[in-house]
Amino acid sequence: MAARNWIFAVAVAVAVFLSLSTFSSAQDLQIVNAERRIDLSSHIVKAFLTLKVENIGKDPAADMLLAFPPTQIKNLAMVQALAVTGKKKKKIYLPLDVKPSEQPDAPNDAGYFLVSFATPLGPGETVTLEVLYILTHSLEPFPVEITQSESQLVYYRDSAVVLSPYRIKQQTTFFKTPSTRVESFTSVEPANRAGKEIKYGPYEDRAPYSYAPVIVHFENNSPFAVVEELVREIEISHWGSLQITENYRLTHGGARHKGVFSRVEYQSRRSISGSSSFNALLAVLPPRVNSVYYRDNIGNISTSHLRTGFKKSELEFEPRYPLFGGWKATFIIGYRVPLEDYLFEAPDGRRYLNFTFGCPLVETIVNKLTLKVVLPEGSKDPSAVLPFAVNQDLQVKYSYLDIVGRTVVVLQKDNVVPTHNVPFQVYYTFKPIYMLAEPLMLVSAFFFVFVTSLAYVHIDLNIVKK
Amino acid sequence: MAAVESLPPGTPSAMRNAFGTVLSALILVLIGVLAFSIRLFSVIKYESVIHEFDPYFNYRVTQFLSKNGIYEFWNWFDDRTWYPLGRVIGGTVYPGLTLTAGTIWWVLNAINIPLSVETVCVFTAPVFSAFASWATYLLTKEVKGSGAGLAAAALLAMVPSYISRSVAGSYDNEAVAIFALIFTFYLYIKTLNTGSLFYATLNAIAYFYMVCSWGGYTFIINLIPMHVLLCIVTGRYSPRLYIAYAPLVVLGTLLAALVPVVGFNAVLTSEHFASFLVFIIIHVVALVYYIKGILTPKMFKVAVTLVVSIGLVVCLIVVAVLVALVASSPTGGWSGRSLSLLDPTYASKYIPIIASVSEHQPPTWPSYFMDINVLAFLVPAGIIACFSPLSDASSFVVLYIVMSVYFSGVMVRLMLVLAPAACIMSGIALSQAFDVFTGSIKYQLSSKSKDDAEDNTSTKNAPKDDASSGKADKGEEVAKERLSKKGKKKEREPAEKPSVKSKIVKKKALVLPLEASIVALLLLIMLGAFYVIHCVWAAAEAYSAPSIVLTSQSHDGLHVFDDFRESYAWLSHNTDVDDKVASWWDYGYQTTAMANRTVIVDNNTWNNTHIATVGTAMSSPEKAAWEIFNSLDVKYVLVVFGGVIGYPSDDINKFLWMVRIGGGEFPHIKEADYLRDGQYRIDSEATPTMLNCLMYKLCYYRFVETDGKGYDRVRRTEIGKKHFKLTHFEEVFTSHHWMVRIYKLKPQKNRIRGRVKKLKQKTSSGVSSKSVKKNPWM
Repeated sequence: MAARNWIFAVAVAVAVFLSLSTFSSAQDLQIVNAERRIDLSSHIVKAFLTLKVENIGKDPAADMLLAFPPTQIKNLAMVQALAVTGKKKKKIYLPLDVKPSEQPDAPNDAGYFLVSFATPLGPGETVTLEVLYILTHSLEPFPVEITQSESQLVYYRDSAVVLSPYRIKQQTTFFKTPSTRVESFTSVEPANRAGKEIKYGPYEDRAPYSYAPVIVHFENNSPFAVVEELVREIEISHWGSLQITENYRLTHGGARHKGVFSRVEYQSRRSISGSSSFNALLAVLPPRVNSVYYRDNIGNISTSHLRTGFKKSELEFEPRYPLFGGWKATFIIGYRVPLEDYLFEAPDGRRYLNFTFGCPLVETIVNKLTLKVVLPEGSKDPSAVLPFAVNQDLQVKYSYLDIVGRTVVVLQKDNVVPTHNVPFQVYYTFKPIYMLAEPLMLVSAFFFVFVTSLAYVHIDLNIVKK
Repeated sequence: MAAVESLPPGTPSAMRNAFGTVLSALILVLIGVLAFSIRLFSVIKYESVIHEFDPYFNYRVTQFLSKNGIYEFWNWFDDRTWYPLGRVIGGTVYPGLTLTAGTIWWVLNAINIPLSVETVCVFTAPVFSAFASWATYLLTKEVKGSGAGLAAAALLAMVPSYISRSVAGSYDNEAVAIFALIFTFYLYIKTLNTGSLFYATLNAIAYFYMVCSWGGYTFIINLIPMHVLLCIVTGRYSPRLYIAYAPLVVLGTLLAALVPVVGFNAVLTSEHFASFLVFIIIHVVALVYYIKGILTPKMFKVAVTLVVSIGLVVCLIVVAVLVALVASSPTGGWSGRSLSLLDPTYASKYIPIIASVSEHQPPTWPSYFMDINVLAFLVPAGIIACFSPLSDASSFVVLYIVMSVYFSGVMVRLMLVLAPAACIMSGIALSQAFDVFTGSIKYQLSSKSKDDAEDNTSTKNAPKDDASSGKADKGEEVAKERLSKKGKKKEREPAEKPSVKSKIVKKKALVLPLEASIVALLLLIMLGAFYVIHCVWAAAEAYSAPSIVLTSQSHDGLHVFDDFRESYAWLSHNTDVDDKVASWWDYGYQTTAMANRTVIVDNNTWNNTHIATVGTAMSSPEKAAWEIFNSLDVKYVLVVFGGVIGYPSDDINKFLWMVRIGGGEFPHIKEADYLRDGQYRIDSEATPTMLNCLMYKLCYYRFVETDGKGYDRVRRTEIGKKHFKLTHFEEVFTSHHWMVRIYKLKPQKNRIRGRVKKLKQKTSSGVSSKSVKKNPWM
């Protein structure tokens, strides 16, 4: 009993020590200069943060923390960090490892990301970091409901100063709005607005976890295209093609449309009527795409144009009706690409599919993306390699004349933005002999039919001879 | 030819027989492919989609069936239609088509072929038309041999009348029913020819399938008794006839009563009485024949006089009772559609809802030419061929064509029943004609060559004739001729076929001059070619449009008008799932199937009052209409308007039917109020009632702003009332080409002081009060 108590005490001591040590490392860094540019021109909020970090402690620091307020952490789609080395003209960007991190002493449920430096930052050294983070669903329409002729105004809430566990010596924040129409913005001196830009700062020497809430109320009529759910199915056929089927559930995520929809106003006064609505979407598809179709549950939708190119193909299409705030639409896009562009053989003999993650629609948020890679029947040992964390799962799908079924690698991720359109790989082993299974099955079935009919014709089952 | 015919049945003949079988099997396969592929124009030119109105309902039922299974299907009470009454789908639908497609879907999915229900539904009709042409082959083969069978099958594979109902996507009862109809007839004839109980049972099952599939089964159950009666009257009674008929009536009626939609109608309604009457008669006749067999002729005569005198009295009593029973029901026990068949003027007098459907109108002469084309000219020849010699089977097809010609003359949609009969007749005519012509060519040639052998003097003409006949021979008629010969061999198998010998004799008699036969052959081939060209044209141009998506070809390319689906998609995604949508009944099936919203009335026009209510609302002024719709819990009103792009079958053109049907139940709606001097017009001369009715207002609301004048392209006139406001409805959606306009009923106003004044102000801002009211219920 006593021994157990002793062990427990040691464990507590170690835990306290560890947390202290992380805390102390937090104190050892300070941010010399922070500049933040927040781009509010579409409904995907992009923030570019330039930090100049200095180690003022005695020990080298291996990593640093980025803090986000709890309202942002749940809408945070992506955080990327680059270390900048070199002088102005010859800047070299080095991508850094960014991981979500839990801090036990986080004030007010702030969320953290841990950025690991490429080389530990020695005492007295400085490093410049470029951080990009992307927020979705962060523009709140106000008024919540608008009529056809009104344009859409939104709130953006943030802090005038950068939330950080470190002391920031000097900082500035810029908000870039899509138009010059800004209804209001919270004033935290010094703050001023010039054209499409609102500047907060510079602020000198702010303590860790300083926070100065601001609200920017401005006009944003960019298409708030939100895909509530996207299911992409990539079917690999070793006979030479990759069939991709994408099921979209699209909605207009902006201010809700209220009252009348007048077609005559929409058609004749397009500039002022329904300015926040959208009726055209652009999907960037792979080059050499063929057999493209665009339809929904009740048939083809005939409004689409495809431009194929060497780098990419562009599918420009319209939903059946223009989407106003809160309106929904579902549709399916399917296409086929040649297999040799995407399927390769790894040095260890396995095959791998190299395809793009994410949603092909430009400037679109996907709330829930499910990507299914249907491997050919008979393939084994599937494994997916992605640069970010997703939920992985395996399923079995039965398709044309399958007996054992096809393995389906299911990748699922919430809150996907266009920056997630990066290549991913799915490795698997496959013996080409399986390709012949189904043709052989058909051949034998027909053979069997003919043999039985032959036998039937020649066998006399009568008991009494006629 | 003669030499080949006279060969003893040895190896070469057996080889030829086998070759003929394989060849005709191959031709049948090709005919099936033809029947299937000629119906794919709609998929190629448009898309793989369900067509028109009724197919959408069938598609929805099939979806339900494939999702919930057969037991749920029988018990399905559909609350999405005929609100607030609902409809018992399982008990009011002919389930044959849905069960067929559902089974196909189930089988395909069971072997892991993941076709969607929609795909299966789209291609059911083409597949079954291939089956139908094979059934035609079988039927005609029973009547006049396999040569005629192949010709008839080929004709049926592409007869435009049938194509019009069975293109890919036209997922309607007729698609499978025509196959069932022909197959039932085939089995009846087969039983009649063989006297086999096995086929009689199959016949009853085929009849059951037909009853499952289509209301047109009454045609079978009346036509077959008529034929039986005809046989009895013309002294053609035989035990085979009894076997063909009696099991059909007993088993068929029992099976038919199993179908929920028929049920006891199978014994209660007048449509079935003929079969029972003939059932009695055939038993009496059988009894008479039996007694005749065991009695001496003298005794028989005595017995006949005795029985006839008593029997007449009994019959009179029975008939009197029956007449009294039948007369006691208002329609004489006949359903409205059947009555309008017997009395073509009945519907237009009493049931405007039947008369309002274009496919229930009598056809025009051009539509005969359009739908059966050259067959119309071949049919008389076929009838004549059927009379030489007249057999039980050929008398049946003659009766079939006579009856179907009458029915097609009453209702344009029954042209579909005529088409197989016309194909069979024309197939017989063509085959016989080819037989005669090729026969006489061969005879002439062989006699020529005999002449050559006898005297070598006349060598001048022979090579030329050989060449020309060779040319003729190398055409299709080689195959045809061989097949018909093969058919003859098959015909020889049934023992009681006297036709073969007589045919050979006749062939000798019917020898035509060589030149005449060659010219006639060429003409026949040309006729066939015209038929093929016409059919392909009809399939490609006339009957392939899905009618939910319209296209128009203009100088600057193809225009697609996809407004129906645009608005149905809008309804399905942007309204509440329990909202009720009112529209004219034509769009009911589509709204439930595509938009998945509850409708007030649909194309299953079972409740006249309900339809009349909607018609009345559409013909009433705004406030009255609002009250009617509000009492029906309607949230949205959908109208179809073609005035912007010139789509003629819109609601304004259908409007008089709404007035008539509405006025039939609610006398305050009078047709005369909507007509100016008997003319239906919407321009400035129109009556105030017309200009103020809801339909006018919903169609033309803010229409004038499109071009400044309000020019209606369908009616080719400027509209009468151009600037007006809606007080009780608000526009919530109008499709891209204005074809579909959807309005929402404004909510009731709160009772406030100075109500009248406020009302006027509120018309524009009534919206906000609505959304406030709506929220607590969300």
